[in-house]
Amino acid sequence: MYAQMVKSEASNDDPARLATFQARIDAGDKIEPKDWMPEGYRKTLIRQIGQHAHSEIVGQLPEGNWITRAPTLERKAILLAKVQDEAGHGLYLYCAAETLGVSRDEMTGMLLDGRMKYSSIFAYPTLTWADMGAVGWLVDGAAIMNQVPLQRTSFGPYARAMIRICKEESFHQRQGFDIMMKMCSGTPAQKAMAQDALDRFWFPALMMFGPSDAESTHSAQSMAWKIKMNSNDELRQKFVDQTAPQAAYLGLTIPDETLRWNEDKGGYDFAEPDWDEFFDVLKGNGPCSTDRIATRQKAWDDGQWVRDALMAHADKTRAARVAAE
Amino acid sequence: MTAPADKREWPLWEIFIRGQHGASHRHVGSLHAPDAEMAILNARDVYTRRKEGVSIWAVPANAIAASSPSKKGPLFDPAEDKAYRHPSFFPIPKDVGPM
Repeated sequence: MYAQMVKSEASNDDPARLATFQARIDAGDKIEPKDWMPEGYRKTLIRQIGQHAHSEIVGQLPEGNWITRAPTLERKAILLAKVQDEAGHGLYLYCAAETLGVSRDEMTGMLLDGRMKYSSIFAYPTLTWADMGAVGWLVDGAAIMNQVPLQRTSFGPYARAMIRICKEESFHQRQGFDIMMKMCSGTPAQKAMAQDALDRFWFPALMMFGPSDAESTHSAQSMAWKIKMNSNDELRQKFVDQTAPQAAYLGLTIPDETLRWNEDKGGYDFAEPDWDEFFDVLKGNGPCSTDRIATRQKAWDDGQWVRDALMAHADKTRAARVAAE
Repeated sequence: MTAPADKREWPLWEIFIRGQHGASHRHVGSLHAPDAEMAILNARDVYTRRKEGVSIWAVPANAIAASSPSKKGPLFDPAEDKAYRHPSFFPIPKDVGPM
């Protein structure tokens, strides 16, 4: 999802305290920042929430690409509002992670030097306006699928951030689907553009849920701690079951010849994405990986004087106020 | 930790918003800002994009005193055995009518 392949950290804490902690989680207690928690829980959460936050921030880039080229003023204003939401979501999540004892600037540093990741989906390019439709419909759709259960996650600040995010996210998916509906009811060339966007984004969207359960080595601990609520395969299946009829409504073809309804399991059978590609993208070898980090680095560097100037102004005003007293 | 040591991070503020209908200010989250004025402006952008409020309080996070989670038991203990503070403690016969 927005957090993929999050490695669970082992805990070397006192077994009795670990057991008490696990009992609190099993009882449905929320863990708050000042509560005792195992070191592994803290570290895993920093990695997961950090990766989630970075994904929101880096996720602005593929869409920001189209703000100046949106087909109408209304579409432009809507896209701008969506991208602004993503910035907000990143900020909610950075704040949640900061309660665990890591600062936002530290996390930004770790994104820029490659120690922290962002979702593989944002390493793909957005080539046409229809991609704005596909991203909203598929990428935000997949994100919602993961984020709704995370509203019940055991760590209080993370759960509260997810509640705010989920409230806003549904607009994102609908505006994407609205773009797709418009394109699909347009000229044959416009419909072909929508089909092309679906062709390119389908498998990368399936990859968002992470590798199959069999290969997902860190899931068990995270699920016991309730920082991961569903298995990757479970959510992927749910996503395909929900999305396939929507594609049919649009009159588009999902680029998977094996996709068909399976009456016995009450869900669709579908092809797995190319996992070698997924692991390669996570390593930083996606089509836009270098560009994304370079853009973030430039924004960070170019913003330095603004951060410094505002801080200097705040210091100066404070000093003047003290002098006047 | 690539942020150079001489670069100070903007301090953290806790943000409280009062909604439309006369309720109290309610904690909505936190954010970083260099001073109070910027904290309020940033809070508008981060926490009221959908007209969630009509008033914003920004409080420096380090100015907040909090109860200790480990003392949760003893601190809230006095209310534990006082169910009579709730109206439902007192059964009123139906014949009495609304009360």
